[in-house]
Amino acid sequence: MAWFTFPADNLLCRCLGISITVWFTLLFVFIIMPAVLGVSFGIRSFYMRTLLKIFEWATLRMELGAKEKNQELYKPLRSEPEFEMADIFYFCRRGVESIVDDEVTKRFSAQELKSWNLLTRSNYNFRHISLRLTVLWGLGILIRYGVLLPLRVTLAVTGICLLLVLTTLVAFLPNAELRSYLSEKVHLMCYRICVRALTAIITYHNRYMIFSNGGICVANHTTPIDVIILANDGCYSLVGQVHGGLMGMVQRAMVKSSSHIWFERSEVKDRHLVAKRLGDHVADKTKQPILVFPEGTCINNTSVMMFKKGSFEIGCTVYPVAIKYDPRFGDAFWNSSKFGMVSYLLRMMSSWAIVCSVWYLPPMNREEGEDAVQFANRVKAAIAAQGGLVDLIWDGGLKRAKVKDVFKEEQQKLYSKVLVGRLSVH
Amino acid sequence: MGSSSSNMDHIPDAQHLMQETGFSAAHLVRLYERFDFLDKDDRGELRLDDFEAVSELAMNPIGDRIIRAFFSPGRETVDFPSFVRILAHFRPTDTNRTRNGRNGAQPEPANSRTNKLKFAFQLYDQDRDGKISREELLQVLRAMLEMQVTEEQLQSIAERAIQEADLDLDDTISFDEFKKSLEKVDIEHKMSIRFLE
Repeated sequence: MAWFTFPADNLLCRCLGISITVWFTLLFVFIIMPAVLGVSFGIRSFYMRTLLKIFEWATLRMELGAKEKNQELYKPLRSEPEFEMADIFYFCRRGVESIVDDEVTKRFSAQELKSWNLLTRSNYNFRHISLRLTVLWGLGILIRYGVLLPLRVTLAVTGICLLLVLTTLVAFLPNAELRSYLSEKVHLMCYRICVRALTAIITYHNRYMIFSNGGICVANHTTPIDVIILANDGCYSLVGQVHGGLMGMVQRAMVKSSSHIWFERSEVKDRHLVAKRLGDHVADKTKQPILVFPEGTCINNTSVMMFKKGSFEIGCTVYPVAIKYDPRFGDAFWNSSKFGMVSYLLRMMSSWAIVCSVWYLPPMNREEGEDAVQFANRVKAAIAAQGGLVDLIWDGGLKRAKVKDVFKEEQQKLYSKVLVGRLSVH
Repeated sequence: MGSSSSNMDHIPDAQHLMQETGFSAAHLVRLYERFDFLDKDDRGELRLDDFEAVSELAMNPIGDRIIRAFFSPGRETVDFPSFVRILAHFRPTDTNRTRNGRNGAQPEPANSRTNKLKFAFQLYDQDRDGKISREELLQVLRAMLEMQVTEEQLQSIAERAIQEADLDLDDTISFDEFKKSLEKVDIEHKMSIRFLE
């Protein structure tokens, strides 16, 4: 530090220098090296268990100190056989309930948490319950923003730089086999670093469901980081739109060493082109399986919306994957109409952790006489059943569009059955 | 950190509203957030299309009637106090309210049995003439059943309903007759929703 002239500053910079060195060494040894090698010290699981204990304690204190009890929203009951004049109440109540708290909209707004996980953004009713809790919450803020956030940002930057550099290097190799082997390793390594950058604690179930090349992996989509979560465990070919900026650079770098399918914005509308490119990729057995999110928009992880049928028309084996996030640790849901990408990433990086489970399901094929939509629904039901997610018949596009009359007819059909049941009794 | 409108300062006339409707402060904040959410253009009041954007409501056979109940006759917008006053009808009845509210100064609360019934009555009685005519009844039935029954079946259902309820034989159902026909029905349960805090 030759450019500082004051002795006091000298001491200060030396301390700073040492602490930064120590910091980076620790980072390297405990996080980056394991990521590169693919081993785990178990630090994150320990962290998760500790966090859970703290949350439970905090919830208990909050419940003890809370003045009013939390009330559940009433689920409307089927009307008992009575006079028809009263039947209007059922629809009336349903209607008002939806004005107060729309079920579909509820799926899109972040899940209310029963347990308070020291993130005020999850529990909207943070009240000053006791001094101890407020102190804990303040401490939490300090740790999250002061310690965890810089750590994670460093890791993320490291991960992305490594990805860019290494994929470009690997692309120069002449030998195709060596190239694909190395590019796999490189990809996995960088995803592992990114996963640690988010402190994502992922549990993979049924990993013995090995999928061979030439298939499509279908998963439910909750957040933009779904890709990282899945790609952490296996090599996929990604499908998506070409972006500009940093994302675009990353996309171009990835394409150099392994094959991904990136579409121009204009091409996305052309369904035949999309289907053709997907089909060609799948037919080539040397290529990795494609990862597709058929829902097409971020749902808030309590339900699995209607799958769009495009990927199911291709007619190859489908490997369903179910992803479920544990909401106790932080809400990973991205409401794209409310938050931009950067602010979303910042929120993610300043949460405690992202805990999720991934289940690999047995492969499914389209059966005789089944059309693409029915096949899609079958896959969706399997994913929902595994992940404990609610199987909604809503189309993901509903978030920004109006509902179809077909659903009103369903309501009327149900009501008429009730009436007919009564009429026959008379 | 924390929700943007999670304090009472944003809510106009909060204390008065709380007293009038019986909602707690927490409920009011929640409803204000919901109002804010429904108000897509941030106008401070709701219009027809804001209500129509609630997809589950669009799916409800009597959705348009419920929406119209929020709008006072002649007005095209709903401000927050009106919104809350209508929703107050659906508060569960206070079981611990003592029956000595006959001192004249206390008006009947919005969620009393009678007021709940009045709200339901208005869903039928769209022209607000104080009676449910056969035609109005048929309209409601048609909305709830539409293609599922034939026109004759609709007519016979309406006929039977009027016969059972119409006591003074004027071929319409007045509010008192309506109330009487629903004597045994647990209105407090059917017309109440639990507001999440």
